[in-house]
Amino acid sequence: LRSWRKVIVNPQARADQGKLASLLLRKITELADHPLRLMEVCGTHTIAIFRAGIRSLLTDAVELISGPGCPVCVTPAGEIDRAIAVSRRTGVILATFGDLMRVPGSSSSLQQERATGSDIRVILSPLDAVQIAQENPDRAVVFFAVGFETTSPAIAAAVQEARRRGLANFYLLSSQRLVPPAIQALLSAGKATIDGFILPGHVSVIIGQAPYLFIAEEFGIPGVITGFEPLDILEGIYMLLRQKKEGRAGIEIQYSRAVKEEGNQRARAIMGEVFAPADACWRGLGMIPKSGLMLREEFAPVDVSKAFDLPYADAGDPPGCQCGEVLQGLRRPPDCPLFGTRCTPEAPIGACMVSSEGSCAAYYRYGGFHAG
Amino acid sequence: MCLGIPGKIVSLTPTGLAEVDFSGVRREVSLMLCPEARVGDYVLVHVGFAIQRLDPEEALETLKLFEELEESYRESTSEG
Repeated sequence: LRSWRKVIVNPQARADQGKLASLLLRKITELADHPLRLMEVCGTHTIAIFRAGIRSLLTDAVELISGPGCPVCVTPAGEIDRAIAVSRRTGVILATFGDLMRVPGSSSSLQQERATGSDIRVILSPLDAVQIAQENPDRAVVFFAVGFETTSPAIAAAVQEARRRGLANFYLLSSQRLVPPAIQALLSAGKATIDGFILPGHVSVIIGQAPYLFIAEEFGIPGVITGFEPLDILEGIYMLLRQKKEGRAGIEIQYSRAVKEEGNQRARAIMGEVFAPADACWRGLGMIPKSGLMLREEFAPVDVSKAFDLPYADAGDPPGCQCGEVLQGLRRPPDCPLFGTRCTPEAPIGACMVSSEGSCAAYYRYGGFHAG
Repeated sequence: MCLGIPGKIVSLTPTGLAEVDFSGVRREVSLMLCPEARVGDYVLVHVGFAIQRLDPEEALETLKLFEELEESYRESTSEG
């Protein structure tokens, strides 16, 4: 027996993982009696699936496609442009997560801006931005906040903490997005064929099960909230196939050691105190109603777009870039004419190649699709 | 971006943070989003915040499921 820690963190580690994997793969093969397309919504799943080589282990009948679940990938170039615009203002420190540094805006990236003298700092936690504001009272500290529901409660908590500390120089540039409205938009568009959803484990830690029920009830498609260990993912796929086989469509929880049906109510309450849903533009998917978060009136002084004159201009995707189609599951990364030739992780054109969790970057690194 | 790292709470700091052990590396983490967490609990940590207690009973359930799977497989092969 492994230690208790292993049981809690990764219950399957106790057992013979290779044996369990082959058992699950055998079950999956038995159940997959016709071709099925399953979408993993979350970028963290995309990368975990590639790292574990799950695509190559699965029967050909099961195709895994990546969805719009990488916050960096779905941030439109116009929002990067806004962050760049504010970072160029005198006296501004821009704080943001490292994943965003290399994402191309329409003419530059935050990394290029930093190289040319803008004060742009990579942070690991929203509380770091609050701390920077406290240590630099004569500077305006703008937190360029990107993230899904997993991250939004932490961003909200930082906004509250800045207020508690009485910091008047802390501002938020909010570019947050909500997952269920994007799934709704994807399904309503009706372009992609999806037979089941591998639903994001950590978004679901916060939102729980209920926000996904429409997938099963309105569209008749099953979903399984899945963890990130290789065996979690195989079990999630197995649970989806079992629903298909039994002719059911429901939203089940595989990742039950972390996800409760009701989610994390405390985290959602803090999120709701600070933010209200707002329409948001997604790269590839366009404007989706109530799929973003804006600061509530009470926190208006923190809103960077109110404190600075920051117009938003839609920048569109770079010419030839197919990220939009990739994010909707309509096209595989290798089918993009730029993939691996003009667009690589070293010199990315599209956002899906920039983020390590983007499906283009994952295909490039792990998929054996290198140009040459 | 939605990475969650599991760790064990080893102590609480006077400033209201929790010291969390991630397989030997210790970091201070906010419990603002998970105030029910206690010393000794395993929590899932995202961008400096504990976002959920990991449930030991549910972890054991997952184990049980795998044992059942193994069992059913053994039965099916011995029958066939």
